[in-house]
Amino acid sequence: MNALTRLRPYFPPPLVALILGIALFFIGGVFAPGFANPDQAVNIVRLAAFLGIIAAGQTLVILSGGEGIDLSAGALVTLGAILTYRITNGDDALILPALVVVLLVGAGIGTLNGVGVAILKMPPLVITLGMAGVVTGLIYFVTQGELIGRTPPAMGRLLSQALIGQIPGVIVVWLVIGVGMWVLLERTPFGKQLFAIGINRTAARLSGVRVSALVTLTYTISGALAAFGGFVLLGFTQTVFLNLGQPYLFPSIAAVVVGGTVLAGGKGSYWGTMAGALVLQVINSLLIALGVDEAYQLMILGTILLVLLTLYGRQRNLRQ
Amino acid sequence: MTRALNRYPFLLSLILLVIMIAVNRALQDNLFELAPLNGNLRVFMPAILLAVGQTFVVIAGGVDLSMGAILSLTNAILATQIPQDAGVDTVIRALLLAFGAGALAGALNGFGVTVLRLQPIVTTYATGFIFAGFALSILPEPGGRLPRDLTTFWRSPLQITPDFAIPVPLIVIVLLVIVWIILSNTRYKQFLFATGGKADAAYSTGVPVNRVKFTTYLFSALFATLAALAITLGSGTGNPRAGDLLTLPSVVAVVLGGTRLSGGQGSAIGSIIGALILGLISNIISFADLDSWIRPLIDALIIIAALAIPGVIGLIRRLLR
Repeated sequence: MNALTRLRPYFPPPLVALILGIALFFIGGVFAPGFANPDQAVNIVRLAAFLGIIAAGQTLVILSGGEGIDLSAGALVTLGAILTYRITNGDDALILPALVVVLLVGAGIGTLNGVGVAILKMPPLVITLGMAGVVTGLIYFVTQGELIGRTPPAMGRLLSQALIGQIPGVIVVWLVIGVGMWVLLERTPFGKQLFAIGINRTAARLSGVRVSALVTLTYTISGALAAFGGFVLLGFTQTVFLNLGQPYLFPSIAAVVVGGTVLAGGKGSYWGTMAGALVLQVINSLLIALGVDEAYQLMILGTILLVLLTLYGRQRNLRQ
Repeated sequence: MTRALNRYPFLLSLILLVIMIAVNRALQDNLFELAPLNGNLRVFMPAILLAVGQTFVVIAGGVDLSMGAILSLTNAILATQIPQDAGVDTVIRALLLAFGAGALAGALNGFGVTVLRLQPIVTTYATGFIFAGFALSILPEPGGRLPRDLTTFWRSPLQITPDFAIPVPLIVIVLLVIVWIILSNTRYKQFLFATGGKADAAYSTGVPVNRVKFTTYLFSALFATLAALAITLGSGTGNPRAGDLLTLPSVVAVVLGGTRLSGGQGSAIGSIIGALILGLISNIISFADLDSWIRPLIDALIIIAALAIPGVIGLIRRLLR
């Protein structure tokens, strides 16, 4: 334990997660012959990209502290995909207008979350969960269960299939978002203030940060990013269903935590989340490649998550 | 008003409950008759038990996202271990197995949070996978059939005199309230609230913080097992995914009941009220003559409005000051 503690500064969580992801990939090759090949690697990164993009907003919200969490992300992913599906109706020319609508609607719902958290002082877990219900309810009501529309062919080409060499567009999008998130968090006043309110809201307020506005803005961005995740996901799934985004909700939180961002807020990075998404996807793909029963898949996934959390998700001892 | 609210955090919820009952009664004439009352309370029972268990964890500053999975697991155990021709011995053995498994699950959560010092929300999310996996391996498909005597006992009201009967779930609710009131006068309750309020301060004043946290996860797991028992007796069968959609509503019920998610304050009585409110909302929606595609939206809007009430009151108070 002592040795582990001393080594910790040299191995920040994002690096640990990345190394672990790569190691698991090659270990997977031993147990499932043919698993560790370049095609599979590209495929895993591509799948991780969807989760990683969806988890970007989650990272911001969790960093903002105050028990910040966005449980509406899953419903917003579904909404983003359905909006794109319906607005474009298979027309490539309508992709950009659809994207604008998706971002605006996502931002609007995110703002409602933010107002609930910052102005009405509701617990984030509860208001975003309630909002998820409202969004899902709206989808049911507006679509009446009939999902009319089509996916524009260009979306599949640009996002899901090989774009540059063997690399699909979604991975490029993910890297762009990664750089964008780094700039946002490390090089802008927004980022500095976000970390400040994540650590101590009262101190941040006393030093002139407009906490309520900043928290609201964070949820707004999170909403827009989640809806954007749905837009991107449509390029992969090519079709929509009412439960499309829900399976990504808790993995998006797990990716953030596995990447070393502290759930209490104020400490973490999006690089970590990216690495976390990779690890989760490697585990997921490996379990599928091994062909284990769903029951054992769940048990193994839970156990690995616990082990990962134990490696660096620990909180300080009360005695310290 | 403010002082009353601080003393009884569930006062607002009580007002809300009365409104919900009134609306429900307006839509359903026979709401207070024995059969519908018994049926409704039986349907609400699992959610009530989950909410009560969740209250312990939340007051101590945590949250248990594995409750639904523990319910699925113990539901699977009960349904597979009690065959239709089971005798008393078999039933007792099955109950011991189910509660033993529940206690083990709770102990694993408690171990993760106190010994490994992991964040509750992700710990219980991860262990939830493990419990869900066990549930599926014990009972891959919904199935099992309990002895008719057992289900009849739970489903039919308890006849006190030939013309007076009480729904069994109502007795359970009264028992829960009594147990909570008794608990409120013990040192455990003070420890519980101190742990959730400020763990550091509680620790330095000699509160066994970790032991208290550990027990809350045991409580939530045992209440999840009780909820599984209620579901198994109510449906007479098992479903390895029975608890999938029940975890998050239990947190909503706790918050509706006036318990603060940040810990240190709250009441199981409030959570019972919160779960009743949620149940009544879905009742109202199914009795209101609504298009089935608009029901989930109305349901969500009512819930979010109910959740926002304390926030709106707080906002108005701040603006008036």
